[in-house]
Amino acid sequence: MICTAPAQYDGRNTLPDAGAHERSEPMTAPTLELRGITKRFPGVVANDAIDLRVEPGQVHALLGENGAGKSTLMNILYGLYQPDDGQILLDGEPVRFSGPREAIARRIGMVHQHFMLVPPLTVAENVMLGHEQRRGPLLDRERAEAEVRRLSEQYGLDVDPTAHVRDLSVGMQQRVEIIKALYRGADLLILDEPTAVLTPQEADELLAIMRGLAAQGKAIIFITHKLREVLAVADHITVLRGGRVAGTADPKTATQASLAALMVGRPVLLHVEKGPGHPGEPVLEVYDLAVLGDRRQRAVDGVTLAIHAGEILGLAGVEGNGQNELVEALTGLRHAERGQIMVGGHDLTNAAPRRFVERGVAHIPADRHKYGLVLEQSIADNFVLSTYYQPPFARGLRRVFSAVWDNAVRLVQAFDVRTPSPALPAGALSGGNQQKAVVAREMNRPAGLLIAAQPTRGLDIGSIEFIHKQLIAARDQGMAVLLVSAELDEILSLSDRIAVIFKGRIAAVVDGPTATATELGVLMAGATPEKAAG
Amino acid sequence: MPAPPPLPPARRHALIDRMRRVRLPGLGQSILVPLLAVITALLVGAVIILVSGGNPVRAYEGLYEGSIGCPGALSGDAGIQVTRLVCASSVTDTLITATPFVIAGLAVAFAFKGGLFNIGVEGQLLAGSLATVLVGYKLDGLPAALHITLALAAGIAAGAVYGAIPGLLKAYTGAHEVIVTIMLNYVAGTMTSYLLSGVMKDPRSGAVARTPYIDTAARLPDVWPGPEMLHLGAVFAVLTAIGLWWVLQRTTIGYEVRTVGANPHAARYAGMSVARTVALTMAVAGGLAGMAGAIEVTGVNYYHTPGFSVGYGFDSIAIALLGRAHPVGVIPAALLFGALRGGSSRMQFLTQIPVDIIQVIQALVLLFVAAPAIVRWLYRVRQRPHTVIEERPEPAASV
Ligand SMILES: Nc1ncnc2c1ncn2[C@@H]1O[C@H](COP(=O)(O)OP(=O)(O)OP(=O)(O)O)[C@@H](O)[C@H]1O
Ligand SMILES: [Mg+2]
Repeated sequence: MICTAPAQYDGRNTLPDAGAHERSEPMTAPTLELRGITKRFPGVVANDAIDLRVEPGQVHALLGENGAGKSTLMNILYGLYQPDDGQILLDGEPVRFSGPREAIARRIGMVHQHFMLVPPLTVAENVMLGHEQRRGPLLDRERAEAEVRRLSEQYGLDVDPTAHVRDLSVGMQQRVEIIKALYRGADLLILDEPTAVLTPQEADELLAIMRGLAAQGKAIIFITHKLREVLAVADHITVLRGGRVAGTADPKTATQASLAALMVGRPVLLHVEKGPGHPGEPVLEVYDLAVLGDRRQRAVDGVTLAIHAGEILGLAGVEGNGQNELVEALTGLRHAERGQIMVGGHDLTNAAPRRFVERGVAHIPADRHKYGLVLEQSIADNFVLSTYYQPPFARGLRRVFSAVWDNAVRLVQAFDVRTPSPALPAGALSGGNQQKAVVAREMNRPAGLLIAAQPTRGLDIGSIEFIHKQLIAARDQGMAVLLVSAELDEILSLSDRIAVIFKGRIAAVVDGPTATATELGVLMAGATPEKAAG
Repeated sequence: MPAPPPLPPARRHALIDRMRRVRLPGLGQSILVPLLAVITALLVGAVIILVSGGNPVRAYEGLYEGSIGCPGALSGDAGIQVTRLVCASSVTDTLITATPFVIAGLAVAFAFKGGLFNIGVEGQLLAGSLATVLVGYKLDGLPAALHITLALAAGIAAGAVYGAIPGLLKAYTGAHEVIVTIMLNYVAGTMTSYLLSGVMKDPRSGAVARTPYIDTAARLPDVWPGPEMLHLGAVFAVLTAIGLWWVLQRTTIGYEVRTVGANPHAARYAGMSVARTVALTMAVAGGLAGMAGAIEVTGVNYYHTPGFSVGYGFDSIAIALLGRAHPVGVIPAALLFGALRGGSSRMQFLTQIPVDIIQVIQALVLLFVAAPAIVRWLYRVRQRPHTVIEERPEPAASV
């Protein structure tokens, strides 16, 4: 069939189906009402009689601790789960979605907390997946690519439609997800922690886009753990706790502190207390390290740095400047082209990952689904992912399940991983609890060096506070910590020294306590230290 | 939030107790779909028999009698004398047919657990058969226990080597195991023909391409003496299945295999050697296929000829899928396939329906197991969240 002429293009709907013709006028989102939605999972009531009302033209923020039931509620709205009880009404009409297709047909779009992309395909192919642009029986790739490029430019997403998703960074993949939902012409847009993987500046851009969409009559349900964003963008705030609606708040009168208290049920310290560090011997020494990226580009280009015992070194940089490749090389996951990596005086350049594990390198990976967890295995097994063969978790070749279990119970309690049982698969944890599980595992094995990449990504503020305290406690006990984070606030509040990475090189190393966000921002953009100072 | 203060022992135990009470996926859920798949396949098979002019009831009576029942028990057909002996022998036939199915099914199931698709059972089984036959007829004068052990070990080793080839190629060059194993099946088939008409041919076999008989000392003894003749291989098959389950669930190696299978990136991150594990998994899978061949040679045929092993490659995949790639689940799946095979001639005798219908039913089983959505839709079985355990009423938020 013939598709809508590009000249008449309304910029939103690109579906080459009958619906496309009916929709030349911008449509406002339907009024959404959820009534008494209940969803039980084994051992837990994830949603307990939840009521929610979302009006067109509004950004409705959904807040709540990790495991409060936000993603579950949104998955129900998107047709991924069936509610055990309750009703969904669109413009007063009860609807039932047995799958996302039906939700999409009712103009509901969703960007997931965890990406649902096909890595070997290109961005454009991923975007049109299930909604293919056709020219006769053939795929009209150029049209899809042009469309993605247009959306990408319009919203400043800077996504290359011909790039393969497997080559993209976490942040880039998130943007592809956003484009995908826009491409399908969603009027009610569910964004489940879209900003968790964005830099603060990218997040601000997204917030602006969200306001723009709402102004055109769309409705947005926005999940985030960053209260600053909520206050900046939301028209309405609903807070969930333990599967129930704990309360609502008005963004005009609410403060970060009041929201935090409503979420957690107690006041939260929004800033960590930290004494001065007492750096000792160098634990990690890197000389002139060069590493190739996935597209064979020089991702890390001559990095030299040292991290001492009892010190947190923050690595600041805009996503895609070689942080991921550097971390992978420092943990044995990526081949080093040149240079040397010394851990505790031992040369581990291009050693197998197990040698790093055994030399006491703990690693919280940025991509918890790729590296951090085996989702189909139990939480208890995931807690011994790299120590399963050592005593007390194994005796010879036999695994000792009592030790594995005790370890799991201990970590689940100590790090407040919310789950009915560590025997459940890790995939049954909420996003933030999965992150807590990875952090708990890595902070609890014998190690002298902790490489923490985005350690608090997706965590609620209470958990962030807890993890920050743990990181400082680890430092005070003599651990060397490499902290890689997209959150400048996190880097600034935790680091003793801050290294700024730009295009694979260390642009500058500055003193942590005296550094400022502006100074770092300028350095991260590629200015030389002299200019940044002057 | 600060680390919660250590709980008093009593509460801690209550908590652990509560955690233990959450039940893990029930057996019921995991066998529901395979069971429904088999029932559906039999129903569709009945329709096909009906459409082609047969009587499905009599056909299935024949299947039943020929596999687990007594000939004439249901059909009232007096053509065969109903004796205890004949009844027992139909069950024994089923068990004997099922024995290589179990082990070959394990060869596929184990590879599945490691994230690998072993299409090479056919070739690995041939390699095992040939090595066993060779050891069986070349050596003589050995005590039976030693000779049998050597013959079986040769078969397992040959299969393991033949399975390790695609494993190593995958591990160190990235060559896809499906392609390599398919090609190696052809190589094994051609090599067998060559050897059986050349150096391994029995000079007394005339125009027939077959090996000499293996030494009587290299033949598997029967489980119990008497004419029913259930050889020891059936016992080996069951022990192997249970042993494999134990290895997968209880050992560090099994954990490595499962982790590499589920998420190779995480396995590498955790310090496991993905390449070594892949190679090992394929070697074990090949060894199992080789063992299936070795047991057929030492327990049933006593020699090898090209016609013996045709079809194991396909059947073993179907059996592994039907058994949900669970080592113990493979046993009932193999028994079903053994029964279909064993009962098919009785069915043909009673109803003149060609035994090929059994192939159709097997293919239908495979189809329905491989596409569970069809079965779920047919029987309106709701797909429950991937963590299916007993639901408990009260929330556990206060952990
Ligand atoms: N597929 C599942 N199987 C079993 N339990 C689940 C599943 N998905 C979620 N849960 C449980 O339901 C509860 C709510 O999870 P949900 O993912 O909705 O939380 P969330 O509010 O999105 O948290 P987060 O901020 O960490 O993303 C959690 O206790 C979780 O353990
Ligand atoms: Mg969530």
